[in-house]
This record gives sequence, structure tokens and C-alpha cells, in this order.
Amino acid sequence: MNGFSFLRPPRAALLRCASADPAGAVCGCGVVHAAPARIGRRTVLGALAAGTVLGSLPSPLRAAVPAGPLERPDVTIGFVPISCAAPLIMAEAQGFFVQEGLRVQLQKTANWALVRDRLLDGHLDASHLLSPMPLALSLGLGGNAPHAVRVASMQNLNGQAITLALRHHDRRDPRQWKGMTFAIPFEFSMHNLLLRAYLARHGLDPDHDVTLRVTAPPDMVANLRAGNIDGFLGPEPFNQRAVIEEVGFVHILTAEIWDGHPCCAFGMTAAFMDANPNTAAALQRAMIRAADFMQQPDNRAQAARIMAQPRYLNQPELVIRQSLTGHYADGLGVVRDNPRRAAYSPYPYPSMAVWIMSQLERWGYLKGPVDYRDVARQVFLIDAVRQQAQAMNLPQPADGGDNWPSFTIMGQHFDPDHPSFFNQG
Amino acid sequence: MISAESRRAFFLFLALFAGLLLVWQLSTASAPPRSPYGIPQGNAEYQMLMGHTPGTTRTREGFPGPARFAASALQALHAPFHDNGPSDRGIGWQVGASLLRVAIGYGLAVVVAVPFGFLIGLHPVIRRAVDPFIQILRPISPLAWMPLALYTIRNPEGCGIFVIFICSLWPIVLNTAFGVGSVRREWLNVARTLEVSWTRRVLFVLLPAAAPTIITGMRIGLGIAWLAIVAAEMLVGSSGIGYFVWNQWNNLSLSNVLLAVLLIGFTGMVLDGALAALQRSVTYAE
Repeated sequence: MNGFSFLRPPRAALLRCASADPAGAVCGCGVVHAAPARIGRRTVLGALAAGTVLGSLPSPLRAAVPAGPLERPDVTIGFVPISCAAPLIMAEAQGFFVQEGLRVQLQKTANWALVRDRLLDGHLDASHLLSPMPLALSLGLGGNAPHAVRVASMQNLNGQAITLALRHHDRRDPRQWKGMTFAIPFEFSMHNLLLRAYLARHGLDPDHDVTLRVTAPPDMVANLRAGNIDGFLGPEPFNQRAVIEEVGFVHILTAEIWDGHPCCAFGMTAAFMDANPNTAAALQRAMIRAADFMQQPDNRAQAARIMAQPRYLNQPELVIRQSLTGHYADGLGVVRDNPRRAAYSPYPYPSMAVWIMSQLERWGYLKGPVDYRDVARQVFLIDAVRQQAQAMNLPQPADGGDNWPSFTIMGQHFDPDHPSFFNQG
Repeated sequence: MISAESRRAFFLFLALFAGLLLVWQLSTASAPPRSPYGIPQGNAEYQMLMGHTPGTTRTREGFPGPARFAASALQALHAPFHDNGPSDRGIGWQVGASLLRVAIGYGLAVVVAVPFGFLIGLHPVIRRAVDPFIQILRPISPLAWMPLALYTIRNPEGCGIFVIFICSLWPIVLNTAFGVGSVRREWLNVARTLEVSWTRRVLFVLLPAAAPTIITGMRIGLGIAWLAIVAAEMLVGSSGIGYFVWNQWNNLSLSNVLLAVLLIGFTGMVLDGALAALQRSVTYAE
């Protein structure tokens, strides 16, 4: 596991620094970074703001990034109609793809299994993916042969919630949830892994004490109404939809479980990226810009209007807006505010991948020894995203250039160097 | 001249229809009582976020009553052929896409099944040999084929067409074989006495004689094809009426789902009516 640490001599020093100050520095993405210097939260925010000003300058420099002629200007990209797809949708609607010379056709796809199949058989050149999917596909989990799939950028952070049926409004302690049935959208999803981690943290065995059922998001709302499930950890806008349909309430936002957790990724097969490096780079650039666009709070209301259209999410704007801005009705008569409900950052930190793989192993999806760091580095292309964002003069994350930040999840420290400690907590 | 019987049937139809609308209206009119769990109403801001104020668009639908259904159906049918890119096409395009898929898959099934049916209808040995295969393949649900099709064919368009093909194949094969096998011996003997060539015997004796049975098989096959396509499109489609149902369900828009359901039924009825007319034209009195 530590076989690669010699590649990053400064890291050891950073780790010591972090252990001296366990709080570390929390940047805008909610990640606890092992900060090289003690950066306070305010300085970080200030730096972010400065970066934003830089990012809004016209004609960004692109000298450092290879940008040859596009091998394939016509690209088909799959998406699942949930709020996580916001950067992809905005990249089309705001013309970020067109600015790169790409003619993109977004293809609304019914479910994650279909997204997987179409990406692997080449009908989709790139796609919106749940961030555990590229890892599961690359490792050949779930009965598939291994297919190398890459995360070209992260689409969104946070943005999910645990929704419970209204009849459980007085059962807010997860220890009371024994015997309940919960819906999740896909096995290889952050929803599944976060729900399992949350239940386990509260002393429940997610495999024996509750039933987890893979369900399409609209069916989650319908099943919640029908009483077939007790709750779900689902994507937006379906949590807010359940609230507005008056069948459920938001128990907890995933931003409150792990602020800054990855959710959906933007991925391509390694074969596509190798065959079309310039096209892949152009797609990546457009997606980085789109994530930056979405991260600006001022753009969220406009994004909600655009995403509500039938060709995108086909959902009421009122519902999408609440899930994007974090100013929402919780279903129990209270208006809540959490601006971190949805967050957008294009940086796919490999330590996120380490958390995902450690959880996949924890719950038996991943068997046998895997070099987490090696796989994480191959699948989560953080260096390319950094390079491209820098070349476009977009704000740099306040992570001190550290690709392996540790995280705070439900008050627990997750150290990518020692992932197994987290699982025992 | 309309007979008294059909007039009475028509009035009964109208009465049933009115009764249906009435039951529909009554069962959807009363909104369920709010919050049986004593959850507070919240402040004005909360009510606005819940979509309860007149200024905001009402999002909570519930099951639509006849009036609301009619309004949203009119809206959807107002521009059935609008086209805002592949993810937002009018319902007319969707029905068209489904019909095209059915035309291809079902056309292939007819082209394969009729000659195959002739073969096994004329040769009892072959019929007995292939019968176990047919009996096993015949009852397989269209959706059970879907994962296998997705894995092997991969192309989603091909999958839909394959599912239609494989499901509409068997009734046509069996009916053709039955029809060909039960052509009256006398007619074949006459043809043999007249030393009619093989092709003429098939085309001018067997085919017309078996035509009503073959068309019955084709009617059953088309019915199954139309059932299968909706289910297949809900799973893999990026177009078609099944995709429309899925996309509207995604928005929990029951009005539009209901519209699609009625449209599926109506289209199925028209398709069946077309084959019924064809059947009447080939039916003969012995």
C-alpha cells in the first residue's frame, strides 16, 4: 500500500503536520487537507474568491495544455436525469462544448446498468457515471470482465439525502431502523456506500438488519407513497420531490454525513481516451468549466430553470431549485438552509477512490488484494484536471497541491494511507 | 340502416363510458386529508417551497381526474410532432418510432415464420423434430429475452427489434404450420393429378387455402409485438412510446402516462383492425 510513497517525498512531512493538527484545513470542497501551511478557513475562502475573479477573465490561456485538432467533433454523451448531471447539462446549455468545437448529443438514459452497457459497447463516447462505477468497471466487479474506464472529471459533490416516509417522522435515530427497507439507485453507487457507512456508524448491519433494494429514483417516490419502502438514499431532485409530494421528509443531507463527498463522475473508457486524446481533453475542459459555473451560487437558479426542461430533467423547477440552492422545505414544516447541499468541483481526488474501494471491500463487493493507490491513480485523473483548470485560469482548490487529502466522515477521520481504520469505526 | 341491436349496443357503450368517467371523477375528486402524522403546516415561506401558494406552479399531482387529464392530454397532443432534440420529442414522433421498430421486427418475423411454417407444416418429421424447441421458446416473456439481447446484440435498437422478432415469430410459425397441415387432401390431390409444379402448388393452392389461419397467427403475433415494444422501450429506449412512458413517469406525471397508455391501446386497436380487414379479404367459404 505504501509502496508508492517514495514518489511523493513531501507527503510524509505533510502527514506529520496533519497529525499535529488533526483538524487540518477545510477548504471549499469540505475536504480536510493535510495543509502544508496552516491556512485558516477565511484565507482559503479569500483565495477562492480571488481565483473566481481570475476565472472570469476573458480568453483563458491554454498554452500548457495540448489542444490539437479534434479527432471526433461529434460526441454522444449519456446522462441520467438527476441533479448530479448539472455540469453536463450546463456544458451543453451554456455552450461550453460548442466553445471547444464539440458537437455533443446528450442522450437521456433510463438506468445505470444501461449507461454501463452503452458506454462499454461504444454507443456512448462518454457518460455521466456514479463515481464508484469507473472503479467497479476497471476492477471487473459485479460479474463483468474488467474494462478500463477513467474519471475525466468529477461532476458533483454532496447533493443526495436520506429521505424517510412521513410515518417515521418520530424515528430519527437510525438505531430504531432495524427491519426497515431502504431503496438505493445502484449497487456501485455512493448512495449505497454512504447509506451502509451511515447505518454501520449507528450500529446496524446493512446486510442483515435492514433490506437495501435497488430501485429507480421515480419508483423510490412511488414506493415511499405506497409504503413498500421506509426510506431511500437517493439522488436529487427525488428527495425534494418526495417532500413536495408529501410522502416523505429529508432526514439528513449527505452533505451532513460527509461534506465534500464525491457523487457522480464524468467518465470515458480508456480506449476512447487513448484513441481520441484531443477530443477527451476538450470534453474534460468543457466539464471543468461547467463544474466551475455550477459552483457559483448565483448561477444555481438559472441552472434550475434550464434543468427543468423536458429534454433534461423534466421536473418542476421549484423542486430542482431547492435541491441546488439548499434553501428547502424539509417535509416536517421547517424551512432549512444548507448552501452545501449541492456542491460542484471537477477534482477527482484519488483518495476519494481509495475510500470507495475500501468500502467496496468492506461490504464484500471487492474481494482479493487490490493496490488501492495504484488503481485510484489510474482511474481518477486528477493531474490532468489540475493542468487543464490551471491552463484555463480557473480557481485552484485550496488543497496545497495535495492529491491525497484525508476526509472527515461522520466525525471520523479517513486517512487514505490507512483506510482499514475507518472501517472498524 | 342501423339495426336496433347496434343502436342498443351503442347506447350501452355510451352509458358504460359515462359511468367510467363518473367513477373516475368520484375516485379522484376528494384530495387525501393532509398530514395524518400531525406535521405542522409551516410558515408562508414553507408553504411556498411546498408549492402550495397560488403564485407558484402546483407540482403535487396525485392521480388526475378526467378534467385535468383532458387538459394535459390536449396540451401534449397540441404539438405531437415538436422536436427539441432526441430527449424531447412530441408524442407523435414517439408513436412513430415504436411503429417503425415494430414494422422492422415484425416484418422480419413474418418473412422468416411463414416459410418456416410451410416447411414444418408440410413435413411431419421436421415438425416433430422442432416441436420441443418451439414449445420451450414460445412461452418466454419478451422481457426475459432483454438481458440476453443486451449482452449479445448490444445495439439498443437491435435489441428492441430482436425482442419483437422473437416474440411475434412463434404464433405465426405455429399457425402457418397448422394451416398448411390442415389443407384438404382433395385439393392437393387434384393439384397432383394436374401435375402442377411445386411453386404453383405452394402459391396457388396451399397459400390461399391456409391464408386465414396464417393471418390469425399474424394477428396474434402483431398483438404480442406491440405489447413487447412498449416494455422493451421502457428498458432500453431513447425513443418510442415506451420511452415516453418512462420519461413521464420520471416526472411522476400520471396524466401523461395515462395519455400514453390510452394511445398504446388505441394504436394496438388500429393495428389489429388492419389485420382483421386483411383477414376478411382472404377468408373463403368452403
